[in-house]
Amino acid sequence: MTAFADQPLEDQIAQWRTYLRRRQALHSADVEELEVHLRDQLVALTEVGLAGDEAFLVAVKRMGSLDALSREFARAHSERLWKQLVMAPGAETPADTGRAEIFVVLSLAVAAALAVKVPALFGHPINPNDEPPLFYARNASLFVFPLLTVYFLWKRGLGVVSGLWLALPFAAAAVFANVFPFSTRSNTEVLTVLHLPIALWLAVGFAYVGGRWFAGGGRMNFVRFSGELAIYYVLIALGGFAVILFTFMMFRAIDMNPDWFVAGWLIPCGAAGALIIGSWLVEAKQSVIENMAPVLTRLFTPLFTLLLLVFLATMAWTGSPINVKREVLIGFDLLLAVVVGLVLYAASARDAQAPPDFFDALQLLLVASALVVDGVALAAIAARISEFGFTPNRVAALGENLILLVNLAWSAWLYAGFVRRRSSFAVLERWQIAYLPVYAVWAALVVVIFPPLFGYR
Amino acid sequence: MDMSKDLVAASATPLVLAILAEGDSYGYAIIKRVAELSGGHLQWTDGMLYPVLHRLERQGLVAAKWSAAENGRRRKYYRISKEGRVQLAAQRQQWRTVDGALRGIWMQACTV
Repeated sequence: MTAFADQPLEDQIAQWRTYLRRRQALHSADVEELEVHLRDQLVALTEVGLAGDEAFLVAVKRMGSLDALSREFARAHSERLWKQLVMAPGAETPADTGRAEIFVVLSLAVAAALAVKVPALFGHPINPNDEPPLFYARNASLFVFPLLTVYFLWKRGLGVVSGLWLALPFAAAAVFANVFPFSTRSNTEVLTVLHLPIALWLAVGFAYVGGRWFAGGGRMNFVRFSGELAIYYVLIALGGFAVILFTFMMFRAIDMNPDWFVAGWLIPCGAAGALIIGSWLVEAKQSVIENMAPVLTRLFTPLFTLLLLVFLATMAWTGSPINVKREVLIGFDLLLAVVVGLVLYAASARDAQAPPDFFDALQLLLVASALVVDGVALAAIAARISEFGFTPNRVAALGENLILLVNLAWSAWLYAGFVRRRSSFAVLERWQIAYLPVYAVWAALVVVIFPPLFGYR
Repeated sequence: MDMSKDLVAASATPLVLAILAEGDSYGYAIIKRVAELSGGHLQWTDGMLYPVLHRLERQGLVAAKWSAAENGRRRKYYRISKEGRVQLAAQRQQWRTVDGALRGIWMQACTV
């Protein structure tokens, strides 16, 4: 139980200790106990004549594999992993940073909830009996995303300068969402509603990676974060739905009508605040349990592949052409988006070094069949457009289709090379993350150019 | 001699309890004592002792206490509890039965 005069040895011990502390299953008291053991062992080994670093190697080897060790600790203290889920300050962050974070997160969530109510003060009330005005839909992302960006600026320790740069896209978005004189029931207005969040999500991503968009695995982490956030958001929404049902049930039981509260406060404020809380939860638990999005990917890749193949076989068998209606184009866009998502999240969870396996071949089959299906659909749609001319919806949907098609075609090529062991998986992963800004740029184009181009129809 | 993992795991509890029945001790000393008792044949991976000790602590078979050691650091000492002694007696009975049965059949094999 001695401190060693040998400074390099002390450094090695310190490094080993930091490494242990990262394990969620090990508390600091356990680390201390294990360190005392290591030191006892080191004393005994140096006494029989081993040099400091030799003794360290032997002692660490005898301690056994850290993975096995933390697994055993987790088994002996199974509650620890679960507690970490919510109150997650890592062993190396001091407790007050954790508390500061909770404070920041709660303030931002409340701010987001209140931000939704600000327009009501300036003549944009939410009336429980009407549809909410499109003003709210157009600006939905502007209520929350800036605050989410502030959270990441704070969390990643970015300076005021980067903050000001990131304020630019939001300011621009606020302008373009609100200056155009949209006519009533305008298609381009709905397009703005749908595309503005996609464009702005890139700005959030820029804050998420701490301003270093091209460094390290930052972009892939942002993809993982987005997927997990979507899952958490859905879960929170389900909980919120239960709250709404109970609110109605209980207040109606005493003959009160809670409509104005649910429609005017609970849903809009809850939806805004939940995004901040969800982001914080994803950040907090990222290292604790396995991510959900890749698990869902593994589940649904075979199902979608089967669906596409059966669809193609049926179409070939019956020879019936695709009946182009208004929704068909959007439907096939969504299909491609799902397939791109499956490829992206499969890539996010994959070890780039591992050799191709059965699942990769399945992915290739999925991508190839999606390409064929989309090719057939595109041909049908092109015929219709040449017949009836361009509308904003058709051009937007067609543009998206092309963007996703290019992504998938090149992915299929890279996948084929990888499955035949001609190239590495890292190339495919790089292609996917390099493509991310394309979606945002296209979405920004739709928001900025389409309304004037199509005369605000 | 390569001991089977299951046997090592199964014998861990009675060994630790028996060693603690001799007197309070701490992790490193327990490992040393095990090596000594088995003539070096029972080699545990050092780290693995601690999850075992913590499990015994949760089951109430041993109690733990941090005590200051010579130079400002502290050491966690374990002491067998009353339930621990009961458990040790029960385990002892079980191992005796196994031991007796094996001995019986191996003696026969020798004499035949």
